Amino acid sequence: MFKLVIFPYQYWKGNRDMEMPAPDQSIIARKARIVDRLRSVLPADAVIEDEVETRAYECDALTAYRCPPLAAVLPASTKEVSEVLKVCHAEGVPVVPRGAGTSLAGGALPTADSVILGVARMTEVLETDYDNRFIRVQSGRTNLSVSGAVEEEDFFYAPDPSSQLACAIAGNIAMNSGGAHCLKYGVTTNNLLGVTMVMMDGEIVEIGGAHLDAAGLDLLGLICGSEGQLGVVTEATLRILRKPEGARPVLMGFDSNEVAGQCVSDIIKAGILPVAIEFMDRPCIRATEAFAGAGYPDCEALLIVEVEGSDEEIEAQLSRINAIARTHNPVELRESGSAEESAKIWLGRKSAFGAMGQINDYMCLDGTIPVSQLPYVLRRIGEMSKEYGLDVGNVFHAGDGNMHPLILFDANKPGDLELCEAFGADILKLCVEVGGCLTGEHGVGIEKRDLMVDQYDPEDLEIQMAVKDVFDPDWLLNPAKVFPLASSQERRIAAE
Amino acid sequence: MRPENEAAMAEMVKTAAGPLRVIGGGTRDIGAPVEGETLSTAKMSGVSLYEPGALTIVAGAGTPLAEIEAVLAAEEQRLAFEPMDHRPLLGTSGEPTIGGVVAANVSGPRRIQVGSCRDSLLGVRFVDGAGRVLKNGGRVMKNVTGYDLVKLMAGSWGTLGVLSEVSLKVQAIPEASACVLLNGLDDVAAVNAMSMALGSPYDITGAAHAPVGVDGHPVTMIRIEGLEASVAYRAEKLKALFAKTGAEVLVERTPEKLTAGWKWVRDAELMQGGAGDVWRYSLKPSDAPQVVADIQEQHPEIKVLYDWGGGLVWVEAPAGTDLRRSEFAGHATLVRASNATRRAVPAFQPEPAPLVTISKGLRAKFDPRGILNPGLMG
Repeated sequence: MFKLVIFPYQYWKGNRDMEMPAPDQSIIARKARIVDRLRSVLPADAVIEDEVETRAYECDALTAYRCPPLAAVLPASTKEVSEVLKVCHAEGVPVVPRGAGTSLAGGALPTADSVILGVARMTEVLETDYDNRFIRVQSGRTNLSVSGAVEEEDFFYAPDPSSQLACAIAGNIAMNSGGAHCLKYGVTTNNLLGVTMVMMDGEIVEIGGAHLDAAGLDLLGLICGSEGQLGVVTEATLRILRKPEGARPVLMGFDSNEVAGQCVSDIIKAGILPVAIEFMDRPCIRATEAFAGAGYPDCEALLIVEVEGSDEEIEAQLSRINAIARTHNPVELRESGSAEESAKIWLGRKSAFGAMGQINDYMCLDGTIPVSQLPYVLRRIGEMSKEYGLDVGNVFHAGDGNMHPLILFDANKPGDLELCEAFGADILKLCVEVGGCLTGEHGVGIEKRDLMVDQYDPEDLEIQMAVKDVFDPDWLLNPAKVFPLASSQERRIAAE
Repeated sequence: MRPENEAAMAEMVKTAAGPLRVIGGGTRDIGAPVEGETLSTAKMSGVSLYEPGALTIVAGAGTPLAEIEAVLAAEEQRLAFEPMDHRPLLGTSGEPTIGGVVAANVSGPRRIQVGSCRDSLLGVRFVDGAGRVLKNGGRVMKNVTGYDLVKLMAGSWGTLGVLSEVSLKVQAIPEASACVLLNGLDDVAAVNAMSMALGSPYDITGAAHAPVGVDGHPVTMIRIEGLEASVAYRAEKLKALFAKTGAEVLVERTPEKLTAGWKWVRDAELMQGGAGDVWRYSLKPSDAPQVVADIQEQHPEIKVLYDWGGGLVWVEAPAGTDLRRSEFAGHATLVRASNATRRAVPAFQPEPAPLVTISKGLRAKFDPRGILNPGLMG
């Protein structure tokens, strides 16, 4: 039985230690005093400092690297978050904000001298307004339960990351999360209307609200996706939408990745906008069949295309989509005829990651490419797979070019990790080369931190770090993330 | 100054002796008047990449909007956010550029469904106030690689940097369109009707209300677009939905009339050529009728147009009156006024102190000498 773990590159580099800044011993030496001050502003059970209990916060979903924090705090209100940050600001303690801890990029990884600020106790719905189509929630509320709160009126919150059962809105905002249906509905930033945010010095700011568009600079757009480095979002106003009358997927099998990729491009070019176009290649199809038995055809590549509307509207859209698919000689074209059949079509896709984990250890990439480059990039990945001698399963959101190549390797086989690392870096560089980017929805965190130089020139990174200087001049908020450590070193050291 | 490439633009900014008045086509003369040497991006023109199959276009900031639209139309695509043409309203002339559209974050009626310009903006290249050539984002639909300066640049009115290139997501032009018209509703009933429509599953792409329409009577407009079968189905559903409003409900399907009608809304044609100041309120739709009623009480002669389901209200009022309101959540922008008024009344609503501090801090980083459109946004 192999481990179900997603490894970051750096984990395998050199001595396989994640490179994080050395903890500030003077902070660790002041632990008792810092904890006392935190206890003075929070209920007793909201400050966790016991070495066994802080282990619960030692990592996020990037489990390869762990480090228990100095302490963890669980405030229940914006006011309490503000108090905590005032203490940490005064004490010069780094703060690592944490949503539900589902980051795949290590966004919530602590250091030994940091305080984890978890929003898990802030889960209230503060306001629901169907006339104006928004909901205001505390940021610790899970993504799925936001939709749950408006379900009785047939509304929903659109961004739907795979982890939506567990992930918190705070983390969604920090990483600008996407999901399978963002082809039609956009990602978090397109559905976020306003935030209440606490600055590192404890100041509470309101940005945006229930209205559209900013009065001045678009600070809301800047906050979203800033990986908890600019402020701690405690409340969010989110756009809610009425649910479509219905939805139906169609499953298509093709005898090559290139043909499937071309089909995606043709569907988009034809002016039909499905809510989702998901892609799986043969290694993934086989793994999910063995794991979940979804009844997928044994073919090279498979697409799941979902459309929405009334029955008549779905028929009209699917007949166009199927006509396009037929020009690519599909080996299978299976339209769902019932809710059960729809669920079965989605079953394999939804269990793909778990299924791949059953075969082997894997590394999950998140690079995004222009849709038109899909056939070329898939072919290159196939060629590289042969060169490296490592299998790759591709399962991803094809409609918006957000790839999720899963590189299989054997953690117990010497040299496999290094090989996998080199392969992964090559794939991401390929994504950048064809006009894409390193990460489409997972975020940079610690995982892709050091690859930022492949996408951005030093001055491009400098201006981003200058933005952090404005919000957090002492570089106390989630400091060792996003930017290559060498790039941010001067600022982090100056702040100490 | 009209640089022809990024390097020349960077040099001009770096060596600028004083403030620069940064413009694209100069058709959106909004905000506090800027004194300074004019830096136009008009010569940074041309579509450098267009992939219809990827719904992406990349163009120089100075590319005429008309050129972008023509290139897209040849592939039956368009800019989803329906940018307004400010010329007739502001009485300006010249050629609107795509860079100007981005810098002003200009959107039209479809904003309620697809978001504003910033939501379609995938990447930018720009020269900051220190003369550095910078880039952010790219040309893919999903990108969380580093901070999102793309959004920050959209709507920054050339105060953080001079755009040199932009990349945008585009949209296929749907095969069919219809407008459901409700006649005779008062403002409150109209906003309610628009909320009903926007809260329906029928993918509304426009919701506007004119208390005094072209024929002198109140008219509420609800737009649907898509496949022919879908548009016909949704139009019928909406007619049934609106039966309880008591209003006369008609469905307009003539393409020319639809285009003209939504252009009328998009460009605030009602207020073109008028002598009054034009204000633009961004607010919660349900607050809109009361805000309008309050202004009307003091200035009965105002002209009013609701767009975005009530989330955007255009008001033309007597020149020189400060119509800023503090009793609602949202903000107001003074879009058209004399230079004297624009010097006296901040065109952009002053923000709360903490946000002013952040914005000032950002400007100091992007434009350390304060030379890019200084004071334009307040």
